[in-house]
Order: sequence, then structure tokens, then C-alpha cells
Amino acid sequence: MPVVIGFEGSANKIGIGILRDGEVLSNPRRTYITPPGQGFLPSETARHHRSVILCLLQEALDQAALGPADIDCVAYTKGPGMGAPLVTVALVARTVAQLWGVPLVGVNHCIGHIEMGRLITRAHNPTLLYVSGGNTQVISYSERRYRIFGETIDIAVGNCLDRFARVLKISNDPSPGYNIELMARRGTQYVELPYTVKGMDVSFSGILSFIEEAANKMLASSQCTAEDLCFSLQETLFSMLVEITERAMAHCGSKEVLIVGGVGCNLRLQEMMGVMCEERGAKLFATDERFCIDNGAMIAQAGWEMFRSGQVTKLKDSWITQRYRTDEVEVTWRD
Amino acid sequence: MEVNKKEESMAVSGFLLKERVLRQGAEARVYRASFLGRSSVVKERFSKKYRHPVLDRRLSDRRTLQEVRCILRCRRAGIPTPAVYFVDYTSHCIFMEDIVDSVTVRDHIASTQRRSDPSSALEQLVPLAAKVGRVLAQMHQEDVVHGDLTTSNMLLRKSQDPAELGLVLIDFGLSSVSALPEDKGVDLYVLEKAFLSTHPNTERLFQELLNSYVASSKKSSPVIKKLDEVRLRGRKRSMVG
Repeated sequence: MPVVIGFEGSANKIGIGILRDGEVLSNPRRTYITPPGQGFLPSETARHHRSVILCLLQEALDQAALGPADIDCVAYTKGPGMGAPLVTVALVARTVAQLWGVPLVGVNHCIGHIEMGRLITRAHNPTLLYVSGGNTQVISYSERRYRIFGETIDIAVGNCLDRFARVLKISNDPSPGYNIELMARRGTQYVELPYTVKGMDVSFSGILSFIEEAANKMLASSQCTAEDLCFSLQETLFSMLVEITERAMAHCGSKEVLIVGGVGCNLRLQEMMGVMCEERGAKLFATDERFCIDNGAMIAQAGWEMFRSGQVTKLKDSWITQRYRTDEVEVTWRD
Repeated sequence: MEVNKKEESMAVSGFLLKERVLRQGAEARVYRASFLGRSSVVKERFSKKYRHPVLDRRLSDRRTLQEVRCILRCRRAGIPTPAVYFVDYTSHCIFMEDIVDSVTVRDHIASTQRRSDPSSALEQLVPLAAKVGRVLAQMHQEDVVHGDLTTSNMLLRKSQDPAELGLVLIDFGLSSVSALPEDKGVDLYVLEKAFLSTHPNTERLFQELLNSYVASSKKSSPVIKKLDEVRLRGRKRSMVG
């Protein structure tokens, strides 16, 4: 019955989670929030993570009512993500693994999202839509790999939303995407935006340039409200995501969809995906912000699967990498 | 006029109600039906309830038009695609030739891989990969960008002579006319990813396809250059080197 502790800090969230055989014992998290109009920079984000990580570790152990002696394995995010925050978190993970004398496992961040989604929803073999600030991928499992069928050919959907939020100076607290979601609910007028789908791939940079250019002009001339723009942007982006997911399902003959990643907790995206699933007799699985948004438990869960199937990371291999594709990982824990 | 149009399109959907749905793709239902005595398939772009009605209408209008336009352009250039019999732009229905006695290239590759050991299966599939490369080069010469190249969207006619490969391109639902190497490069990139994720361990086969594409087209070098660029763009770079 291994107990695994997971360290995550690849972007502006830092989380530490403890799991025992699929049961989440603790999963505290902190977010580095920047002022409106600003994104988070690697070095400042790393400084934030350094300032909270030890308190967070104590909190995770206290909430789980466990001590270092109870931990069997330390999992940490190896990548992909921002370099400086990844280094900060890996350093602490490496240190405690040596202090406590337990093995270390380096986890692919994307695999963490996928395995946490599968654990929480019990989806069997779904087509996966992985949407976050740094990633947009449509994934399906076959022959020991999570294979990427479709993805963005430029920026991620969450990045597109975040950067739009900066144009309108929408608050980053608790997250720009959540504030856009709330504003979009009050939007009524649909403003036409570019729509770029290439097979199972999508492109968002054209939409972002268009709306960056047009937004302030349209607002100044009262052609539409900021709420209308949020609404139109969400409708357009999410239609594209649902379309490529459906195309991958048709291509793979799949009857299940699982949405993971930070943008995955958007209720409008879940609603649209649900309608699509209903139309084709498929089933939708999704989770809420506790597990969609980056957290430590997801790293612990993927680490638990890897540890169980005999994978450990030697100290000399416990580096991090900013680029680490989902399909690079051999999935040794699934048939 | 408006009334007539409406009645006609209601007649089409009424007609389709009685027919059998072959499959439901990402944006259309495909039926098998008889059109003036010819066996045909009908592609119906039904309204997708998840998307905003304005967007839905815009996409269905544009895609139906582009699909027909690009099929005709390919056929004029002698690239095998299904013949279009009838189009109803109001209900977004395209009646086209049913390619009888055919399998998808996807199923053909899978069954070849099941039948023989990995290296001899690849050997057997090389002529097919070369043929696909040639046909795509010809299509791009005509400035048609397919937009959704996968091995599911290519059919292979079963013929007496196995050396003669009757390849037919289908599903031009996301196609467009463009002379830009960028668009053609993305077209190949989309195929590359769909190909390699659908058929694991066929990197060599896809390379054969590209070699044949390059050999068959005078305009290929800027396209391949763009393909290399697209591979490295954005988030999909891997941390090698």
C-alpha cells in the first residue's frame, strides 16, 4: 500500500499532494497571482514557489496526519513547464527523497493530468481533451503510449484566454480564465471571430491577434460590451475544441471523452462537450477545479502508477525539462 | 422563392429520414441512398447544437460550398474523388458517388500489419505510401488543400490487379483553395500526426510517402521547408538538443 507524495510547480500554481492507493489524503495548493494586465514571469514565479514550498509541505503532511516515515515514494514534475519554477520544486523533492531515504519518480505533467482524471472519473478508455495555459491536445491511448491525434499548431487555448484578459485588464484573481467565464455568462451579442480548424489540429494565434486589434476599438465605439467579447471568444474557442475532439472520436471509434487541464473546469466548455456527446451517444467525464487545475495529487497519482510498475528515477537523472511531449512516456502501467 | 427553397430542403431531409445512417463524423451524418438509380452517399451537415447558431450557419454554408468546389477542382485535374450528383445548399446536403467495393487506407494498413510480421508489412505497404504521396502532390499542384488528411479519408478500390492501386480521396469538408506553401505544409503536418498516431511504428512508411511527394512535384521544396517549420512551431517542440 504505497503512500506517494507529489510535488507540482510547472507554472504559477504550486501544489503538494499525498495519495494512498487512489485516496487523496491531502492536496494543498498556492497560486502566484499577478496584477491585471500582467502575466507571470519565470523568475518571479520561482521566487513565489521558494517562499511557500516548505510551509506547503508541512501543511500537506499535517492534513494527511502523516510523518516522513510514512512516505514510500516522492514524485515530482519533470516537465513540461517553465524552467525556473520546475527547478525550484525538483530541488525540494530531490532533497526530501534523500533525507527520507525513499525513491524518486519524475513525472510528465500531462500524464499527471490524464491519470488524475482517470482516477477521479473512472473513465475506462476515453478520448482525452487536455486544455490548459500551456497545452492543447487531443489524446487517445494505444499500444503503451498516450498518442497525440490533434493539438494546437501555435499557442495554447489557455494562453489565448489569459492574453485576451490582459488586453481588457481583467483580474488574474483567482484566474483570468475564471473571470472571463463569469463575464461571458452575461454576454449576449455574438461577435464573429476567425475560426481555424485543420483536421484534428487548431490554431489560436489568428484569433488572438484579431481580438487584440479589434477589442479596444469595438469597446470604444460601443459596438459591443466586454462581456460580449468574452462570450464570443469562449463560444469560438470552445466550438473549435469540441469539433476536434469529436473528429478524433469519429476517427478512433471512441464513445467516451475526458476533459483535463485547467481550462477543463470551465462549465461552458463542459456543457458544449456534453451536448456533442449526447448527439453521438457518447459519455462525458470531467472534474472540478480541485483536480483540473494543476495540483500535487495528480503528480502523486501518476507517480504511484509509475512506481507500482517499477519505474524510479535515479538521482543523476532527476533533472527537469521545459519540453516533454505526452507521447514520449512509455505507459508501463496500462495494457 | 424562399418558400420553394424551404419545401425543397424539407423534402431532402424527409427523404433522408428513410435512409440508413452509415456513420456520423465530426460534423455530418453520412447516409447510403439511391440517387436516380445510382448508388450514392449523402453527406448531411446537420446543425450542431453545441455551437452558436450564427457560427453554426456560417461554418455549414462555407464548408458545403468549399467541399463541392474542391471536389470539382480535383476531378477536373484527374484526381480520383467521388462524383458529385446533387447539392442542396439550404439543408447542407451533398449527394455523391458511392465508391463501392473499397476499404479505407486505414483498415488496409491495419489488416496488412495484422497479416504479416512488421518489416514485411512495411515492405508491402511502400507502393501504397508512394501512391498517396503522388496523389497528394498532384492535389497540391492544383492548389487544393484538403484540410483533414487522415488514412480514414482515403479509400482503396478493391481491384483484380493488386499492383494497380485505385486510391480515392474523400471528405473534403475542411478543404480550401490556396497556393501558399504554408497551407500545404500544414496539410502534410496534419496527415503526419494522424498517420503516426493511428499507425504506430510506421515512421519509415511516412518517409516513403514524403519522398514520393517530393519526387512528384516541382513545387514541393518550399512546402517541405514549411512542414519542417510547422513541426518546430509553438508547443510541440521536444526538448531534444
